Amino acid sequence: MTIDWSQFSPLSAFSGGLLIGLAAAAFMLLHGRIMGVSSILGGLLTSVKDDSVWRVSFLAGLIAAPILGSLIGFMPSVRIEQSFLGLSFAGLLVGFGTSLGNGCTSGHGVCGIARLSPRSIIATLTFMAFGMLTVWLMHKIQSGL
Amino acid sequence: MMIRRISEFFVGLVFGLGLLISGMTDPGKVIGFLDVTGSWDPSLAFVMGGAVLLSFFAFRISRNWTTSLMGRVIILSDLKMIDFKLVLGSALFGIGWGLSGFCPGPALASLATGEMKPIIFVIAMVVGMGLEKAYQRFHQA
Repeated sequence: MTIDWSQFSPLSAFSGGLLIGLAAAAFMLLHGRIMGVSSILGGLLTSVKDDSVWRVSFLAGLIAAPILGSLIGFMPSVRIEQSFLGLSFAGLLVGFGTSLGNGCTSGHGVCGIARLSPRSIIATLTFMAFGMLTVWLMHKIQSGL
Repeated sequence: MMIRRISEFFVGLVFGLGLLISGMTDPGKVIGFLDVTGSWDPSLAFVMGGAVLLSFFAFRISRNWTTSLMGRVIILSDLKMIDFKLVLGSALFGIGWGLSGFCPGPALASLATGEMKPIIFVIAMVVGMGLEKAYQRFHQA
């Protein structure tokens, strides 16, 4: 293992993390709900009408974030090297997996860990491990094994 | 009711800004974080640190509440068991996350950047969620 110091950005990562934590805290204290994106989005597929409005309001704010970002002149770099086909396959896995496992990085990784939920700790360790394994394997294949 | 909608919108907005500032919306950076055996960029560990730090206190404060500050019933997951579904689902999610560098929140927060790729990813993700829900219903029936 070598650390990529050229990309290392602990300050912006930590401040962004504090904002994410602030949002998760506000969602629980003000609205009594877990800020878990996959469950909030997935719930729209099955929920009844009365249970949909709060989901839509939250997701609208999330989707509006880069618009506000560009208005205040903040547009971070985005590097997406994968093909459309690769992204579609990955998207299917992310959607199916988070629905089956009842959560993603925000629900299990932030809120669940902050609640010290054993389920969420196991889920987070699992998706982290499989994410790392997948990147390792991808780089192996790319460099010709 | 309107005040709740506005508040939920702003929570989403703050969350999205946090994702943008932290680097979570850059798939290249996420893959750099997952690349522990290559040239590793540990930055995103600080995202989780900051996020868990603040939300930990919120869950502590509210742990015995039955209603929120805005008078809403607290809704928490009452699932306790660690089963095959949880581990398999998280593993599949991890594979998709490693392949793309996208997880659900950052993918949604990238929809309005004008790029086509996040849109494709989000459509596929919603299809995946729908397939899983259809599969569950099929099994229960």
